[in-house]
Amino acid sequence: MSEKVLLIDDEPEFLESMGERLKLRDMDVDSSTNISEALDKLAAEQFDAIFLDLQMPGTNGIESLKMIKKLYPDLQVILLTGHASVEKGIEAMKLGAMDFIEKPADINVLSEKVKKAQAKKMILVEKATEERISSIITGKSW
Amino acid sequence: MKSITEMLKPRFWSTDDEVLGTNRWFQNYRRVWAIAVALLSAVALIPLLFVSSMDYRATRNAIMSENLLRTTRTTSNTRRTVSYFLEERRAALALITRTVPEAELRNPNHLREILGGLKAAFGGYTDLGLVDENGRQVTYVGPYALQGKDYSDQPWFRETMDLGSYVSSVFLGYRDLPHFVLAVRFTLDDKPAILRATIDISRFQELLTDLTLSGDGDAFIVNTEGILQTPSRLHGDVLEIMNLPVPERASRTQSDVVRSSEGEPLITGYAYVEGTPFIVMIVKRQAMLMESVNKASERILWITGLSGVVILLVILGVATFMVGRIYDADQTRIKAMRDMEHANRMASIGRLAAGVAHEINNPLAIINEKAGLLRDLFTFRDEYKGDDRLVGMVDSIINSVERCGTITKRLLGFARQVDTYMAPLNLPGVVREVLSFVQKEAEYRSIDVQVILEDEIPSVVSDRGKVQQIFLNLVTNAFHAMEDGGSLDITIRRTNDDMVELMFSDDGCGIAPENMERIFEPFFSTRKQTSGTGLGLSITYGLVNELGGEMDVASELGTGTTFIIRLPIGSEAN
Repeated sequence: MSEKVLLIDDEPEFLESMGERLKLRDMDVDSSTNISEALDKLAAEQFDAIFLDLQMPGTNGIESLKMIKKLYPDLQVILLTGHASVEKGIEAMKLGAMDFIEKPADINVLSEKVKKAQAKKMILVEKATEERISSIITGKSW
Repeated sequence: MKSITEMLKPRFWSTDDEVLGTNRWFQNYRRVWAIAVALLSAVALIPLLFVSSMDYRATRNAIMSENLLRTTRTTSNTRRTVSYFLEERRAALALITRTVPEAELRNPNHLREILGGLKAAFGGYTDLGLVDENGRQVTYVGPYALQGKDYSDQPWFRETMDLGSYVSSVFLGYRDLPHFVLAVRFTLDDKPAILRATIDISRFQELLTDLTLSGDGDAFIVNTEGILQTPSRLHGDVLEIMNLPVPERASRTQSDVVRSSEGEPLITGYAYVEGTPFIVMIVKRQAMLMESVNKASERILWITGLSGVVILLVILGVATFMVGRIYDADQTRIKAMRDMEHANRMASIGRLAAGVAHEINNPLAIINEKAGLLRDLFTFRDEYKGDDRLVGMVDSIINSVERCGTITKRLLGFARQVDTYMAPLNLPGVVREVLSFVQKEAEYRSIDVQVILEDEIPSVVSDRGKVQQIFLNLVTNAFHAMEDGGSLDITIRRTNDDMVELMFSDDGCGIAPENMERIFEPFFSTRKQTSGTGLGLSITYGLVNELGGEMDVASELGTGTTFIIRLPIGSEAN
């Protein structure tokens, strides 16, 4: 089963090669260069994980993260940034980011994170399914 | 050993322009000091000197005029006494001419009786004679044989005939004794005649010698020609010429300062005795009279001098102290300015470094991905497989990118070190935040991380970013030192002296004793071969110092290491 990943970064070159590399590792990769495009894609499909650049021209990474988390609380967001500070990292983690990685990052680390994200997502999905089942079970009068 | 001058020399004295550097707006302390000393001395000493010299002059003048006045008074009194003495004797003669019958005056026996009476009643009379209008001594009684002597050519005879009475200067005469002549004119047998008496000067002299005078004073009589009529102690004997100038004629008693022939200033009082050639003179030595003044002025001089010295010392002390304070304040200011300049420069460098690092990180990420992609292609595609040389090159690119990444991360770390923002922090909270970073790793490697709070931890005023950096560095270090399955205990407690102590104890490999001393040195790393830059602990140490804290380490090889951080609680005001 391939993991579905969305990359959000303002550098098309970076997106292109990273996308290709992840694809080589049997992942289903989509990418967008700005937040609004990303939001459209998120609305259209389900993703196991998204990589979000914290510093993109025109948008505040933390604000974007907040917005995404508000719309899709279960979505696993991995922050990828060139300007990492412990403070920013902690702030992001508090807002519900799954992880915080400094650029340039090792591809193996990244793919591992994706796998973990997918596992988490699976657990969440299972949980949700269970909840639905139990609600159906309790909701219906047999 | 320092010499005394060295010890007395104030700190600002040897300040040269080099020390002041570009801070030209600061004073030349030596000049400030000199101006202060000069101004204060002038303001304090000039009035002092002025007042004391005024006082000296005023006292001197007062005593001088007092002395002159006293001399005048004494002279005046003496003149009156002398005048009275002469008048008394003249009046006695006048009485005789009026009361004694003419025949008796011509009779020497009678005249001798009269002389005896005069001697007994008044004293001073030596002889008595009756001179007719032709100047012949008709009758004479006295110790000498002067009967029938002709006086007609003598000046006293003319003067008596003209003026009615006459007092002569002192002279030796036929008798070789200093005496003077007293003569009165009267009418005898309707013709003018003169009753003439000689008076010796011993009684006259007593009048003057009996005076007690201050200032080695000398009282005597001279005639208008300057011939001494009575002996003086210092200015010549009887009938000698006085060694002082004859004072000018004046109707009243005068006193003045006259210089003697030796140049000594003398206070001289004099008075012309009316109707006689006599001048009463009192001469005192000014030096002796002014001795008390000189003593007083000497005392004034001493007091003035001493207070001047004291004032000068105080001024020197105060000026040195004040300029020293200014100097210290300026030094502090210079230091603060330099520190501020340094901080500003560091902040600018920090911002620049952060900017550069960030800008470089993005292209680095692209290179990384491209090279990674290349490597992937070699790995996944059969047509490229097996070309070890290309794979090696790509790997070398990736390694270099990684090295660049490490450098940019350090640069960012440096930038973060620069700005400090102090705020109250909840330390256990910060520790937990930092731990959330490494939680994943801890989970993989089943490292047990415990946070132990020994008591209520007060909030600490410090810089959040730096504290986080310190904790993260220590936790990362501990993780590196530990095998999988190790345990890290973080103990937080308050020490007595307003510090919060954090102990990061791991059960890792420990630090070899020979390395203990060097672990805080920059670029010292035992992991140099693998990934260490050798900067982690030295940066941490620098950060702790910057926050006013202390850092200690205790370690045993093979058992584990404990890093101890003590941070001051501080107050928000600072």
